[in-house]
Amino acid sequence: MSEQTLKQWLLSDAPASRMQARVAGLYQGWLRLTSNWMTLTGLLILTALVLIAACAPLLAPHDPFDQDLLNRLKPIGFDDHYLGTDSLGRDILSRLIYGSRITLYIVALVTLIAPVVGLLVGTVAGYLGGWADQILMRTTDVFLAFPRLVLALAFVAALGPGIENAVLAISLTAWPPYARMARAETLTIRSSEFIAAIRLQGAGPLRIITRHIWPLCISSLIVRVTLDMAGIILAAAGLGFLGLGAQPPSPEWGAMISEGRRFILDHWWVATIPGLAIFTVSLAFNLLGDGLRDVLDPKDGGHG
Amino acid sequence: MTAINVQNLDVWFGSVSAVRSVSFSVAQGQSVGLVGESGSGKSTILRAITGLAPDWSGSIQALGQDLHGAARDRSFFKKVQMVFQDPYASLHPRHSVDQVLSEALHLQGMDAISKRTEKLLDDVGLGPRFRFRYPHQLSGGQRQRVAIARALAGEPEVLLLDEPTSALDVSVQAEILNLLTDLRADRGLTYIMVSHDLPVVAHMCDNLAVMQNGSVVEMMTADALRAHQAIEPYTRELLAAST
Repeated sequence: MSEQTLKQWLLSDAPASRMQARVAGLYQGWLRLTSNWMTLTGLLILTALVLIAACAPLLAPHDPFDQDLLNRLKPIGFDDHYLGTDSLGRDILSRLIYGSRITLYIVALVTLIAPVVGLLVGTVAGYLGGWADQILMRTTDVFLAFPRLVLALAFVAALGPGIENAVLAISLTAWPPYARMARAETLTIRSSEFIAAIRLQGAGPLRIITRHIWPLCISSLIVRVTLDMAGIILAAAGLGFLGLGAQPPSPEWGAMISEGRRFILDHWWVATIPGLAIFTVSLAFNLLGDGLRDVLDPKDGGHG
Repeated sequence: MTAINVQNLDVWFGSVSAVRSVSFSVAQGQSVGLVGESGSGKSTILRAITGLAPDWSGSIQALGQDLHGAARDRSFFKKVQMVFQDPYASLHPRHSVDQVLSEALHLQGMDAISKRTEKLLDDVGLGPRFRFRYPHQLSGGQRQRVAIARALAGEPEVLLLDEPTSALDVSVQAEILNLLTDLRADRGLTYIMVSHDLPVVAHMCDNLAVMQNGSVVEMMTADALRAHQAIEPYTRELLAAST
């Protein structure tokens, strides 16, 4: 198949098989996603982040934990320390590279917990209504009432400090907004005629929720999660900064800023460089989220 | 034998009563129209029959089966199906035609789903080209054909038609009405058709019930309607407005 016909095959208005319909849908979504250069920038930055995290041992010029007290607080470009060294003489670039693994770990853990719980609770509450709705949504309100950092403090006190407990605390306070959003969408979807039609075919609540409501909720959820991801990274970094998240000598970016804070006037780069890294990744997530909203929003008539 | 028998039906939404003591019966193979202006409760009767409007009293029998409350069992859904008013709202925006039809076939316990999907598409006048399209790649008339195909998936005996053409262009309306007429002739279906359009009902139905404010004001045959033999003043008014 030559390139031209492959393209025609992908953009065909009358797909000939289930597979073609699906692949063509994905391809058209991909075209729309990449047609916006800002979204593309976000996507490239995040791809780079994943690659850097995966190849950290190959890319890092030094061991991120290797201390060298003779060469502490060296400026950018000193010797082979391209981004300088911190207060214990550790190479900042290497710590930044290894820190990307922690950032991705946080992102992955939170996306595994918060949106999934939120979607489950929200759609079940919205579709079933009545008592189930009351119980689930009041529970959601209880969780919504917890301040994030205070809950994190409680977790750290109960389970000991560490990145997992910080992520758990963030996830526990992050899911209620998703549940509310999923419930609100479910309420509009469940009264629509295509749900009535499938009910008349004898479909039960489980099938309707998982096959008919989830596909319509998931896209706005993905967008919301991507846009929230910046906030989640910042919250995790904030916890690290307060000493409640990642513990030394872990090269978590927030903890690195916290360490650099003491020298910020004389040795600005120690705190600034991890700060720039957090800024870049947060920005990339926001850009990608904006683009995904354009691609995935079902109200725009697009499809996934 | 009666397909649908409705006696003293009252339907209400909260404190608003939408249908007041309506009685009618439809013999098997017959086609009955419910006519009235919007808000007269005609669609609500269909929703009460299918269990989509849960608060009702009176008695409804479908093919000899007594119905209660909002719960309907599988055997009911196999025999009675509904086509909705707005084809833009009655198809899942993320499901392809193939998914819509094969899910309906699966739920109705059919075998050889792939073959039957093609057959259904063929029956409603859509070729295999349309099988893997999504609703946004279809026109309104094509969507309504898919919705009709879905309703036919379980090979029902009774089809409830809730203004199946009111959201379509005039030319497409005629195509869909002809399709429905053909399907009825081929399969011996029983229709209850809701419409505010008297000519459409006169074309499609043997009998019709004229509704106003939730009650039936007059029952008449389509022949009587065509001969302008309406008795009630409201029916005369409707007739005058449509000609």
